Amino acid sequence: MSIMANRTITISLGILLGIAAIALLGPWVSPNDYTSTNFDRLLSSPSFKGLHLFGTDDLGRDQFVRTMLGVRVTLLVAIVASLVSLIIGVAYGAIAGLVGGRVDAVMMRMVDTLYALPFIFFVILLMVAFERNFLLIFVAIGAVNWLDMARIVRGQTLSLREREFVEAARLGGAGMLRIVTRHIAPNLVGIVVVYVTLTIPQAILVESFLSFLGLGVQEPQTSLGALVDAGVNQMERASWMLLIPATLLAVILLCFNFLGDGLRDYFDARHTS
Amino acid sequence: MSLLDVSGLTVRYGDDTVVDGVDIFVERGESVGIVGESGSGKSQSVLAILGLLPGSARVAGSVEFDGQQLLGADIDTLNQVRARRIGVVFQDPAQALNPYVRIGTQLAQVLISHGLAGKADAPARVIDMLDKVGLPDAASQYRAYPHQLSGGMRQRVMIASALIAEPDLLIADEPTTALDVTVQAQILELLEDIRDNTALLLITHDLGIVAGYCEHMIVLEQGRVVDAGQTTSLFAAPRHAHTRSLIAAAPRVDRGEAPIAVAGKTRLSVSDAVIDYGNLRAVNEVGLTVRESETVAVVGESGSGKSSLVRAVLGLVPMVSGRVVYAGEPLTGPVERRSLAVRRDLQLVYQDPVGALDPQMRVRDIVAEPLLIHAPRLGAAERRRRVAAMLDLVGLGEALLHRFPHELSGGQAQRVAIGRALILDPSVLICDEAVAALDGTVRDQVLELLRDVQRETGLSIIFISHDLAVVRSISHRVLVMYMGRLVELAGNASLFSSPRHPYTRALLDAVPVPDPVAVRKPPPLRGEVPSLLHPPAGCVFHPRCRYAEARCSAERPKVRDVEGTRVACHLAERLAL
Repeated sequence: MSIMANRTITISLGILLGIAAIALLGPWVSPNDYTSTNFDRLLSSPSFKGLHLFGTDDLGRDQFVRTMLGVRVTLLVAIVASLVSLIIGVAYGAIAGLVGGRVDAVMMRMVDTLYALPFIFFVILLMVAFERNFLLIFVAIGAVNWLDMARIVRGQTLSLREREFVEAARLGGAGMLRIVTRHIAPNLVGIVVVYVTLTIPQAILVESFLSFLGLGVQEPQTSLGALVDAGVNQMERASWMLLIPATLLAVILLCFNFLGDGLRDYFDARHTS
Repeated sequence: MSLLDVSGLTVRYGDDTVVDGVDIFVERGESVGIVGESGSGKSQSVLAILGLLPGSARVAGSVEFDGQQLLGADIDTLNQVRARRIGVVFQDPAQALNPYVRIGTQLAQVLISHGLAGKADAPARVIDMLDKVGLPDAASQYRAYPHQLSGGMRQRVMIASALIAEPDLLIADEPTTALDVTVQAQILELLEDIRDNTALLLITHDLGIVAGYCEHMIVLEQGRVVDAGQTTSLFAAPRHAHTRSLIAAAPRVDRGEAPIAVAGKTRLSVSDAVIDYGNLRAVNEVGLTVRESETVAVVGESGSGKSSLVRAVLGLVPMVSGRVVYAGEPLTGPVERRSLAVRRDLQLVYQDPVGALDPQMRVRDIVAEPLLIHAPRLGAAERRRRVAAMLDLVGLGEALLHRFPHELSGGQAQRVAIGRALILDPSVLICDEAVAALDGTVRDQVLELLRDVQRETGLSIIFISHDLAVVRSISHRVLVMYMGRLVELAGNASLFSSPRHPYTRALLDAVPVPDPVAVRKPPPLRGEVPSLLHPPAGCVFHPRCRYAEARCSAERPKVRDVEGTRVACHLAERLAL
């Protein structure tokens, strides 16, 4: 079965790519830019006049360009943070699961300890301790998200290691390297891919939350979370400032969730009869 | 009017027709068997009769029970009929009982919900029923949870719950498939004794069970009824070719030609093997030798230690003590520490072929992998040639080369697993229940393949099985194990015609014979295998042995030679079994 035969995957991936394409090209095509203010047009509603498709904010800046910029930042944070959690989580979990025994016990108790830290507090501390830095947000979110990934990969590795086909490979003379690269890793791919698509929305939410608190990206840069924050302050006078970024955020989150569900179904259908 | 009158029953999933115009008649008090291989639609038919199919199934035809149409009936009507008038026993009692509710409460619930007893008098009737199905100490077991009972006891509870409302029809879907053979004999006997005037519809893949316990039989193939009639006349004169091949493929434990004994060099020997799992002794001083071109079967019920023994030989579980000698060299340590040459020579085939094949690899890569490890300098073209030749040998076409394991049938997957084991030209092949999951005709083909390879290459085979009829047809010598101990080790002919140990005799008597005119023997053993954590003193078999004497419970019998048979029984010389 081709992966595109799955409608959930096709549709959600299509919407996500569409949003990403507009976010990349939109600001470039638009005559407006994200920093210039226009005090003649404060809080004007969406219109084709001056091509303010999403209206303007309380400083008269074009909301369309700012929203697209927010989408870029949000997607970037999500993907980089997920990559960070993917790399740390898979490596850590796979080593714990493969080596097993005492090493596994120590490694997993460390994960349990980290779980016990209130992680928002942890991120806020990081933000305060270091200069506010675009990059730090990625690292902070990724460094927190990898815990779940490590647990999942470790559990899966442990159960794969006991499966009969791995035992058959051991009997056949396969060494550790071959077992890991040919038998364990390929069987991990499905669950890891699915889990990554499910951590992306988490990372987006965390970034939005931090930005909403004012701890995320700083002006004049923006993200969907920061835009929603600004929109909330103006929601009685300029509802579009809240509704448009909030809707986009919701659509992106839903698409990633559906993509994860679709991928899970796809891998299930392919390898269990 | 028939009690159950099913006509033109059809079940479809999308374009897939799994049951195609099936007719089933069951008269009051009679027993009808439905037989067929996997995928023949026998279970689907039963689920359709009971209205238990998932919503995606489209069902057509007519299911009349005592004049009442069940197909399309509303849920209240169905619930009135099910349990009250039709009792059901499924294959796996562990899944059919609620693990959080005491068994007595579950049974009482059946009575109370159908208004057959009040809260006050239900327990007494439940205990009475549990007693009838042979649950020892029924009054105290009333308060037991399902997990506290053995598989056989749970199945007794299921039968009790199916019969407690005194239904007119009992439907049993593979009721003994998950059970050991001596327990199976007890359950089948119970089903027959207890049902009085209840009609029985028994679904099974085992012709021996139909021959012994059903007056009428229906043969299904690919969703269609191909043969139906009285069991005795169908066995005597099967009308359809499929019925003939089913009967021909059914192995018989009561007769058969023993493979001619071989006298090659000893290839592999195990002596005094002891294997512990924590404080549980799974294998206790068992020895075994295998010669060139020889098949040695290891038989026993679950918990007998047969799998542990061969896993220790392969270095997958450690031995506490004992020796394994292969080709004159001692084998020690886990498999990873053994030389590649040894690992090439000893190969294993598993019971579940799909689980033993990497789901992410294609057939060609699975079969080629041992070559990559053991002959890395082989060219890609030569490797492809050998893989193709091996698939040809195990009877699979080139079309399968690019398939994934889940795209194969059970028989095909098992051939791939055998191909992977044989591609390095091993000298010892260990088959751990390798044909247990296969249908009769496929099983015969796989066994024939093993014989052919053995004839050509002098392969030694250790054949682990719980199925004595299959063992009779393939093995040169047989090792019988019970509770981790050697019970009897003898040549095929002498073991099957004149066993020396009462347990061997009991195992043989417990196997249903696929012949309705053969004399059916009463269940040879009462009770079940004791816990390995608390093995009986003296001979471990004495609590279930009908010949046991005072000495048997006091003194552990040594393994000794009696007329060429290795046997562990004090009475071996005296008993005429």
